[in-house]
Amino acid sequence: MPDKAPPKPPPVDGERTVLMAAGAVAVAIAALIVWQVIANIDGVISFGQYIADRPDEILARTWEHTVLTVGSVVTATLIAVPMGIAIMNNTVARNVALSVAGILLTVPSLAFFAILIPIVGIGALPPYIALTIYALLPILRNTVTGLDGVDGAVIESAKGMGLSRMQRIRKIELPLAWPVILTGIRVAAILNISIAAIAILVGGGALGAFIQNGLTRFGFPGHVESVWTGTLFTILLALVFERLFALVGRLTTSEGLQS
Amino acid sequence: MTTTDVSATQATTMDVAKTMIRLEGVSKTYPGTTVPAVKELDLEIPEGEILVLVGPSGCGKSTTLRLINRMIEPTGGRIFFDGEDVTDVDPDGLRRRIGYVIQQIGLFPHMTISDNIATVPRLLGWKEDRIRPRIDELLEIVGMDPNLYRDRYPKELSGGQAQRVGVARALAADPPVMLMDEPFGAIDPITRDRLQNEFLRVQEELKKTIVFVTHDIDEAIKMGDRIVVLGEQSRIAQYDTPERLLAFPVDDFVADFIGSGATLKGLNLERVRDLTLSEAQRVRAGASLDEVKAAMSRSDDRWVMVTDDKDRPLRWLNPTHLQRTDKPLDELGHKVQSIVDKRDTLHDALESMLHSKASVATVVDRDGAYQGIVEINTLTERIRDMQSAAKAHYDEQEVGR
Repeated sequence: MPDKAPPKPPPVDGERTVLMAAGAVAVAIAALIVWQVIANIDGVISFGQYIADRPDEILARTWEHTVLTVGSVVTATLIAVPMGIAIMNNTVARNVALSVAGILLTVPSLAFFAILIPIVGIGALPPYIALTIYALLPILRNTVTGLDGVDGAVIESAKGMGLSRMQRIRKIELPLAWPVILTGIRVAAILNISIAAIAILVGGGALGAFIQNGLTRFGFPGHVESVWTGTLFTILLALVFERLFALVGRLTTSEGLQS
Repeated sequence: MTTTDVSATQATTMDVAKTMIRLEGVSKTYPGTTVPAVKELDLEIPEGEILVLVGPSGCGKSTTLRLINRMIEPTGGRIFFDGEDVTDVDPDGLRRRIGYVIQQIGLFPHMTISDNIATVPRLLGWKEDRIRPRIDELLEIVGMDPNLYRDRYPKELSGGQAQRVGVARALAADPPVMLMDEPFGAIDPITRDRLQNEFLRVQEELKKTIVFVTHDIDEAIKMGDRIVVLGEQSRIAQYDTPERLLAFPVDDFVADFIGSGATLKGLNLERVRDLTLSEAQRVRAGASLDEVKAAMSRSDDRWVMVTDDKDRPLRWLNPTHLQRTDKPLDELGHKVQSIVDKRDTLHDALESMLHSKASVATVVDRDGAYQGIVEINTLTERIRDMQSAAKAHYDEQEVGR
């Protein structure tokens, strides 16, 4: 899934929607692979052979991909969550921040990488910065939505019992908003796994290397296998992240908030 | 059961009770408005009692309550808490000394019942081995089994249970003062009645200073040791005991707010044992016809009561019942049906009287033995006494000024 149209802002509260969308994509790609298998059984053998021949390279590219995604999402979380808390109660700041983050998300990723090259050079840095910025909107928006969703009576009673502003945020508001914030982080992570596949175009490595390799050697033996390898492992990585987030969600959300 | 005793004591100590919270000329004008929501309010809240702020919607009663723990910052005036000026102290510290219960309860859904209750003790730095027994004690006070509820989450509670936990949480660090903003307002009538009774029972032991906001005059009469009826901008229309408020509303505003039936409501606050009972002419079930006739001749209205050997009322007889009969006395006349206990309210007595053929209620003690009778005149006299006593109280105040 290399660069196409700019990705749409993901749904805010749609844990289920995200899962269903991911499932639909996975099914479509699985169908494509099955079709390829049936059409060309030799191709499948050579695809398997292609993977078996280069486990080290696949592992290294997958690792690069993981680091790029995790690094950008963690950075974005550290920026967006405090920012969400800060802009929460100021309508103007809130609208400005959300609009800016929304506009930034519509910049085509390849263009974004290219724009950053003169500033930070080539390598992993431009995709890291761009991915961080892409991840801001889902996390920021879900932080604001999550905090908005905290029952006013709960905040009123916390205040009335003498919890200071910081104590209220730390002990009451963030834990209550957490499931929604985590969904934002999860959406950002899945989004970034897919966009990170084009980091190779600015020298950023990752699994996109296999896809680029296949494209540049189009028509030569092994080019299809190369593209499929990059695609397959990108998808696998996304699925692993989905499962991880579901697990983290269960472990970090209070039992009192789970249905 | 001692409501009347308690209020009687309070009435006499009214001007002696120590003031726990004092508002001096407190005002609140919201930004962007010119009309104050609360205008120069002076209010003294006595220690160890339930003071109810009652008034129509928008009169500022909730605002007034929230000014006390500075959930709303006053724009003028001073607030004193136990003699200390708290108008400018750190509000978080002040709030930890004041229990706060709101209608929507606001339990923390991500915390267990224990952790909810432990909130203020933990803020105050209590040790865990002091907090744990305190949680169990509080759950028992509000009538919930600690072993059953300690580790549950709020979502597993009914509305009534949640409000019990809300009250327990507010009591956790044993604050001298509790502010309650329509605490039972969102609860079904039957559960509300039970919670009110339980809360009054708890209060009888704890003797907290409680400021209680409601828009329901009946709840105010039931809960309040004293009632403040508030008009627009929290103007105090009347500040008095429920008895005097009902007997003597000072103006049309208060009278309208109390609504019709103030006298009947007032009858709920008085007990039969406080009345001077009338005597009925009585005979034992085994008495001779001559004894009965003698009793009848002593009776103003010719009616006599037949009682059993333990003096428990059986029948009402008049001379017509004695004609053409050889039945025993305890099968003649009408059964004595309208029986009230000494501890019942005057409202119960009136109700009973209205059902009685003889228009009297018979009063018995705990064992069912005859104590006297209540006639309709006794009640109307009592009502007049209450009203004139209340009026005299206000006249006295006028003279005092």
